[in-house]
Amino acid sequence: MRDFDYSAPTSVAEAVRLLNQNPGAGRPMSGGTDLIDQIRLGRHQPDLVVDIKRIPELNILELSSRGLRLGSAVPCCRIYGDPGISADYAALVDSARIIGGIQIQSRASVGGNLCNSGPAADSIPSLIALGARAVIAGPSGMREVPVEEFCTGPGKNILQRGEVLVELRFPPRAPHSGSHYRRFIPRNEMDIAVVSVGAVVELEANGDKIRSARIALGAVGPTPLYAREASQILVGKTPGPEAFDLAAKAAQAITTPIDDMRGTKEFRRHVAGVLVHRALEECVQRARKLA
Amino acid sequence: MAKKRVVSTTINGKAVELLCEPRQTLLEVLRDNLDLTGTKEGCSNGNCGACTVLMNGRPVVSCLVLAMEAEGATLETIEGVAKGGDLDPIQQAFLENAALQCGICTPGFIMSTKALLAENPNPTEQEARFYLAGNLCRCTGYDKIIRAVLDSAQRRLSTQAAAQGGNHSS
Repeated sequence: MRDFDYSAPTSVAEAVRLLNQNPGAGRPMSGGTDLIDQIRLGRHQPDLVVDIKRIPELNILELSSRGLRLGSAVPCCRIYGDPGISADYAALVDSARIIGGIQIQSRASVGGNLCNSGPAADSIPSLIALGARAVIAGPSGMREVPVEEFCTGPGKNILQRGEVLVELRFPPRAPHSGSHYRRFIPRNEMDIAVVSVGAVVELEANGDKIRSARIALGAVGPTPLYAREASQILVGKTPGPEAFDLAAKAAQAITTPIDDMRGTKEFRRHVAGVLVHRALEECVQRARKLA
Repeated sequence: MAKKRVVSTTINGKAVELLCEPRQTLLEVLRDNLDLTGTKEGCSNGNCGACTVLMNGRPVVSCLVLAMEAEGATLETIEGVAKGGDLDPIQQAFLENAALQCGICTPGFIMSTKALLAENPNPTEQEARFYLAGNLCRCTGYDKIIRAVLDSAQRRLSTQAAAQGGNHSS
């Protein structure tokens, strides 16, 4: 592997300083499950790897009445190991359970999955659907960005040189709401999404109308997508096949899938509709169960 | 070249100090610096699980861990699984169920099985298959491996039951 130096700072300020001292040549690493392979393949050529896992703020996992704070270095296994998070942020847990195999989940973080910015990244549709915001530290201070504005292209995002993702902040789960993430893959596990959907549905207190919804799509465009129109179309509708079909059609309309060995454009667009439908059904069931 | 550094870690219960380069993976250091060649290199990109070791009790693929990250960690490799001359029940079950052919994937499967049974001592077949999805075998198909995993769970449970029964009678 390429020669590089390694540093494991214990504060955000130190990490930012190290990354700025090595402009363009420093690379933050959390679980390393993407980065180490990419260095080996020459896709990234850092002179310095900044291991951010020893920074306490980046390991925060805190569920409170104000919502969820998820440090950018928290590995997937800690997320699905937490019963409170499993109930309130089910879509996030659905994602964390299927990113790679068990060995990857011991190390890979949702923050890293976001920063790697793959179009088929399993956590990003859930982050968008759940309304997560990315908290970023850089040489000129902190800034906060909604996750749907984070990715700009395959492997590309808004992070500037010297910036580090600190945490993801989620609003509290609304009463009578449920969330779900699902993907299509040709096998049962350990695969890259051909198409994926993350969704949240909030019902009115009596459960017969949809109060709000957020739908996000993966692997059908250069970045994961927030399906704004598909989400808004559901407001005030009775949860059921008719409303879900409308949302599925609106979601399909914003897809710009590619043909590759995992699926054709037509197949991906079709499956996106099917998955929106199924994801919404599951969201409603979960919303009713949780109240 | 980036300076070599000393990493202090615990491997199979022994404190170890290692001199390694920042670019070396844990897999390289285990095999090349420490001669712990029981951990196998398969794909070297995190897909196959042949290089699985336990890091602070969690299964990880050592090809996607930098040796530097092992500072202060507790590592378990296949070399630490048998106690003295006695095979672990997992190893015994793999042997008796003929759950291997070429053997390259076996240390990884055994380490993942150890983690599985620590978390879930009596897994269903489906749970075992999902947990071990990150370990690939290109020889046997998976039936004998899964049979060995489920058999090792039963062996561990009956050993524990016997130990508890013994305590009650004493």
